[in-house]
Amino acid sequence: MEIYLDNCSTTQPREEVVEEIIYALRKEYGNPSSLHKLGLQAEIAMEKARETIADFLKVSKEEIFFTSGGTESNNIAIQSIISKYNRIGKHIITTLIEHSSVYNVYKFYEEQGFEVTYLKVNERGIISLEELEKAIREDTILISIMQVNNEIGSIQPTWKIKELIKKKNSKALLHVDGVQAFGKIKLNIKDWGIDTFSISGHKIYGPKGIGVLYIDKNLKINPIIYGGNQERGLRSGTENIPGIIGLGKAVEILHKNFDQEQERVKEIKSYFIKRLKEEIDHIHINSPLEEDFSPYILNVSFDYVRGEVLLHYLENKGIYVSTASACSSKGVKENRVLKAIGLNERYIEGAIRFCFSYKNTKEDIDYTIEALKESVKEIRQITMR
Amino acid sequence: MDRVISLSVGEIALKGKNRKYFENKLISHVKRVLQGLPFGKIYKEQGKIYVEVDEDSLNEVINRVKKIFGIYYISPCIRVDKDMDHIKEAVLKILEDIKDRDKVKTFKVKTNRADKKFPIKSPEFSRKMGAVILKNIEGLNVDVNNPDMYVYIDIKQNVYVYTDKIKAYGGLPVGTNGKGLLLLSGGIDSPVAGFLMAKRGVEISAIHFHSYPFTSERAEEKVKNLAKILSLYTGKMRMYSVNILDIQKEINAKCPEDQMTILSRRFMMRIAEKVARENDIDVLITGESLGQVASQTVESIAVTNASVNIPILRPLIGMDKVHIIDIAKEIETYETSILPYEDCCTLFLPKHPVTRPKLKYIEKSEKNIDVEGLVEKALESLSVYDIE
Repeated sequence: MEIYLDNCSTTQPREEVVEEIIYALRKEYGNPSSLHKLGLQAEIAMEKARETIADFLKVSKEEIFFTSGGTESNNIAIQSIISKYNRIGKHIITTLIEHSSVYNVYKFYEEQGFEVTYLKVNERGIISLEELEKAIREDTILISIMQVNNEIGSIQPTWKIKELIKKKNSKALLHVDGVQAFGKIKLNIKDWGIDTFSISGHKIYGPKGIGVLYIDKNLKINPIIYGGNQERGLRSGTENIPGIIGLGKAVEILHKNFDQEQERVKEIKSYFIKRLKEEIDHIHINSPLEEDFSPYILNVSFDYVRGEVLLHYLENKGIYVSTASACSSKGVKENRVLKAIGLNERYIEGAIRFCFSYKNTKEDIDYTIEALKESVKEIRQITMR
Repeated sequence: MDRVISLSVGEIALKGKNRKYFENKLISHVKRVLQGLPFGKIYKEQGKIYVEVDEDSLNEVINRVKKIFGIYYISPCIRVDKDMDHIKEAVLKILEDIKDRDKVKTFKVKTNRADKKFPIKSPEFSRKMGAVILKNIEGLNVDVNNPDMYVYIDIKQNVYVYTDKIKAYGGLPVGTNGKGLLLLSGGIDSPVAGFLMAKRGVEISAIHFHSYPFTSERAEEKVKNLAKILSLYTGKMRMYSVNILDIQKEINAKCPEDQMTILSRRFMMRIAEKVARENDIDVLITGESLGQVASQTVESIAVTNASVNIPILRPLIGMDKVHIIDIAKEIETYETSILPYEDCCTLFLPKHPVTRPKLKYIEKSEKNIDVEGLVEKALESLSVYDIE
């Protein structure tokens, strides 16, 4: 029995994706920069993938840049924008619940003398637009907000931010970390006025080591690595053709199945929450099934349970999940996101993240609920003494 | 002109008629560590062991051989026959290899004429070779009192020329002093304890206790990595792993909270003793150091020992932590030991553990639980790993 509920960490690539990658490794081994036929063939395959992704995002092909993944996309966007506009101002805005590939870049700039506003979130993990509006100043150059939070799945209203920017300081740019959003919730990044948007391949049943940075065509930024000027100079380095082709395939299938897969996952999440509430005491749902939460993420706190212990109990039964915090010999490592939503310490310690995929079934949830009931009971016998 | 390394065996030489046994043990360790590298004959010649090696892999050979206990010094030598011209060539060649040549200004030749049939006596031979060096190499002078460098010439059946004496760990070859079962945790101390006993010739097996799923599999992986580093010194090592969660649960439920640590410790010893007996191992080895933590007191040690009938060696007992850390760094277990790993076992740690346990109270607590049954049941979870 293997029930994989850790799809926010990474996903199992779809079979069709694996086949495309193997094909690409075997046949499309040319370098797109080569002048010969094999190079051209690889280039055509790459451009086809670019188009597929652009179509799905409803943007133009020229706005899609391939990178090595979400972390690199976030880094290119933030570092390039700051290096280009830091003469205009040194104020940047983000939230307290960003992924570390945004948060730690901001920390770096803070050490470099930039002024950073970290937006707080409410108990549902959502920023306040009023607070953001107040935070935008004359010298604000960048606002970076994640679309879907990776721990609890809260969705930020990024579609309302461009309006605020226009009102307060039209020069400020908007970067959105879309790694947990892409392919999971409905997006309209062009209409929403997002300037740069990060995507990762392995979160959507594609391969690891490939990602995308969307850059609005009116924005011209400089690269942070230099070399052979691939990706129109933004991201030098021989293109990861198997990764690109694999990602293209993953997006193609996603495009076709999006509504249907999302509907199924919603049902699963709803069923899961219902049974949890009915059958296990002392729990707290940190990511309810509501409009402003991703249906793919369910974060639950089990009181009187150490998340990591529960994780290992579940693993013993073939169920794979994540915890927000890990026990260590030096006590419990703190979780920035769960702290930001004001969760008490016991709930933080006992938080488990279930992340669904198109593959999960109602039977998976039945099995998981039974395993949870058993494990939680056993652990609490020890810890509730 | 051949490249060999010589191994000085120091303490082994003192061991009278056991010597041959010790030397053969040591040679088997040399063969083990050199696996995968090119090397020729390994032979004994008048008190030293020689290994024919390839010049290209000389450094790697030395690095590996250094970890064998029972070796005091290692010297990279050039071996020639007794032809005068060949010896001269060898002397000049060995001087080419010297590191930091610009720092060496003075030298002294030391000849050891083990083969008394060799016609020239040691002092005279040293003078002759000194003259050869002075004539052929610029910027070197003789200093008989305080030279920067010695040039050694050992005249045996062959002639060996060398300048370097690389210090090794000494001790006795592993396997010449019985078998011990090391209680190996993920911490800094227990690998050092294993290292020190192996250095005195004890063949080491290890036993690790875990509380999965309250501890993670990564924690066990870390212990395996530590065992692997130790095995570079000890040779192939067997590691036993036992889950004691059920025991901890039972103690947790039925015994006073402050006795958790000492009671668990007694269970570990009982289990270790059983594993040792079944595998023909005569002693247990632990990394305890007196007073290091609240549970490592004289009273705790007494109560712990009372649970078993097997000697427990504690090579770190009188050592300060800083000294233990120095050794851990030297043997390269430190970096692995300090890796943080998830360990929810702290759930079971009492807030105020009893530091001066009294045997009668501890034994009274144990009446609440089925000691024998729990030990037997824990042994059912025994896994065995061969680490090499």
